[in-house]
Amino acid sequence: MTPSRSQTGSKHWIQIGLLTTVLTLIFGGLFSTSALADEAGQDQPYKVVGNVKNEGLPLEGVRIVVSGGGYTEETVTDADGKWLIGVPEKAAYSVSLDQTTLPAGIAVIEEGGAEQSVEIGPSGSVTKNFFIGEGERIVVSITDQLIARIIYGLNFGLMLGLAAVGLSLVFGTTGLSNFAHAEMVTFGAVAAFFLGGILSMPIWIAIPVAVVISGLLGWGLDAGLWRPLRRRGLGLVQLMIVSIGLSLAGRYVFQFFVGGGTNQLPGFDSPKIKLFGATSLSVIDIASMVLSLVVIIGFAWWLMNTQTGKATRAISDNADLAAASGIDVDRVIRTVWIVAAGLAGLSGVLWAYFRPGIKWDMGAQILLLIFAAVTLGGLGTAFGALLGSLVVGVLVEVSSLVIPSDLKYVGALVVLIVILLVRPQGILGRKERIG
Amino acid sequence: MDWLAILNNTAQGILSPATMAFALAALGLAMHFGFAGLLNFGIAGFMAIGAYGYAISILTFGFEWWQGVMVSLVASVVFSLILGIPTLRLRGDYLAIVTIAAAEILRLLFLTTAFDDITGSADGLSGYHNSFRGANPFPEADYGFGPWTYNSVELWVLVIGLITLAICAGVLLLLMKSPWGRVIKGIREDEDAVRALGKNVFAYKMQALIIGGIFGSLGGIVYALPSSINPGVYVTSLTFFVWTALLLGGAATIFGPVLGAVIFWVLQAFLSNVLPQLVSSGVLPFITSIQASTIRFILVGVGLMLLVIYRPQGILGDKKELTFVK
Repeated sequence: MTPSRSQTGSKHWIQIGLLTTVLTLIFGGLFSTSALADEAGQDQPYKVVGNVKNEGLPLEGVRIVVSGGGYTEETVTDADGKWLIGVPEKAAYSVSLDQTTLPAGIAVIEEGGAEQSVEIGPSGSVTKNFFIGEGERIVVSITDQLIARIIYGLNFGLMLGLAAVGLSLVFGTTGLSNFAHAEMVTFGAVAAFFLGGILSMPIWIAIPVAVVISGLLGWGLDAGLWRPLRRRGLGLVQLMIVSIGLSLAGRYVFQFFVGGGTNQLPGFDSPKIKLFGATSLSVIDIASMVLSLVVIIGFAWWLMNTQTGKATRAISDNADLAAASGIDVDRVIRTVWIVAAGLAGLSGVLWAYFRPGIKWDMGAQILLLIFAAVTLGGLGTAFGALLGSLVVGVLVEVSSLVIPSDLKYVGALVVLIVILLVRPQGILGRKERIG
Repeated sequence: MDWLAILNNTAQGILSPATMAFALAALGLAMHFGFAGLLNFGIAGFMAIGAYGYAISILTFGFEWWQGVMVSLVASVVFSLILGIPTLRLRGDYLAIVTIAAAEILRLLFLTTAFDDITGSADGLSGYHNSFRGANPFPEADYGFGPWTYNSVELWVLVIGLITLAICAGVLLLLMKSPWGRVIKGIREDEDAVRALGKNVFAYKMQALIIGGIFGSLGGIVYALPSSINPGVYVTSLTFFVWTALLLGGAATIFGPVLGAVIFWVLQAFLSNVLPQLVSSGVLPFITSIQASTIRFILVGVGLMLLVIYRPQGILGDKKELTFVK
């Protein structure tokens, strides 16, 4: 379909317009920065704006009405879920979202429902974003909601756990608080996106390959950066700041290649299957949980039973003693980096499905939750990190029942601080570690 | 290539509110990390407290601008106490993780729609300038020359920023020459030795945290003075940029942080002007101008790594007074 310069050209353009709309719908936020908000009353001096999204995906065609002081105006959201309504006075207005225009099973879940009042701020505009979530319009019992949240939380926690055990192992064996772990998480997702999205590999091949590439990245980082720095005798604080530099450089390298928007992996929008109560999971969610569990059990077996696993634990306990007992510390640390990076990469792929979407700073978004999980479990203990991750994951999801969902990470971060007050060595940590 | 415009914009980076805000925040970090050895990775949080404390007390409570400054300073002291009490007794990297988490908590609280009436959530805050600009002693005119031409409002912001910076640098200089400063440096070098001398190490660290925090929140106020407050600014990247400026100039020096901030912003201004132009004039093929402007942030990260590995004492620092003791 190529547009011609003939008299039927305008028709072609309409078709292209339709195609673009469909593509935008399919790819979600892929072009999210390009389109303008759908607007009404632009000639008015003040404005009320918003963005209707469900779990990060824009919702198009949702009817929004703004009224107050005898003035009423309405609009529908555009392909990016954005809307803008001009208002004549710097005063209070009521904004309502027509819930019948939302997709089935989705509703406004904030206190006060779908009609909220706003006041034009000093900047001459005000933003009203409704909290939208699944299945809450039909009133669900609190127990069902709680069970659903706990299951989502376990899913999230298992995903965090994959990243956290690696961070904890690296800390245990080298003493490094690796801020660039976030970029190792992003790397896995970006690698899967390049293989599956751009090279069009089937996703079930793309993911294992992405994990292997992530492991290679870990090997490369240790061989090219961390081992030479250990040889140079850099202090732990210096190493930590080097990891911050690496993290900054890494996340902007990702931005350089994938841009500032959100990309999706194939199958991210697989339909949700209603299981019981308020719990509904997609095939991807279930696969993600099973995969995390299998990998974590495999990892635990590796750590407990293989020679390298035992050596890893020995080095975590006392590196000098381990070296004196004939353990090749450098070789074990190299293995730890490969395992940690591979697990982080897998965690990144799962995080890309959980969010959903691939973004240049997606790893940095959960870095502090990973740190919280590791600290909660006990710095340097692999199973503590796993336990901490599950607690953090469940806490984040359950807390969104009582606090606004844009504050749900705050709970986990507060717990991190409180834990340090009460039990700084964490759940499974030993007191001697905190020095 | 419009070299004149590039040089002009670069020269403006030497003396801008952002440069002075970074210099103030870096001075705060010099107090924390350079002199006391405290790993504060939450300087963005202190800056956010300064900016939001100032704007909220003016917009919500109708205070005068200097009262707003006072509110900010009190808030930053409270924040230091909350941060310090649980963590100052623990090993250094715990403080790092707690401060970065606390700064992130603050940012999320400022960003949430739950407190939209007060914080403006994602829109941030603006329109809090009347009181400050009303106190402007300079008559309406253009001042300065060449790239450093300012109207009276800009000049007033710069003058207040420079005075604040001079006072803070002076205070830090005097503090570090005093017996108090020697104890602080002693804590950095060997905490147990200082404790053995009968000093209350915890109290000294807390005082250092509070003083540096005040510098940081003053930096936040100066950052907010020219135009508006945007919650997207106070992310962890801001903390890392201030750290880069600090380590560039020299962590355990007084003038290093200022020099580092100036170099940081001059380089940022230069690269943000020159890179897109290199693309449009065809010197850098295969990349877009958006990609070109991403390169400067990659360079910050790489620069930070190289700096810490090859010259950890910074430009002005003394290798003997290396702060990375542990």
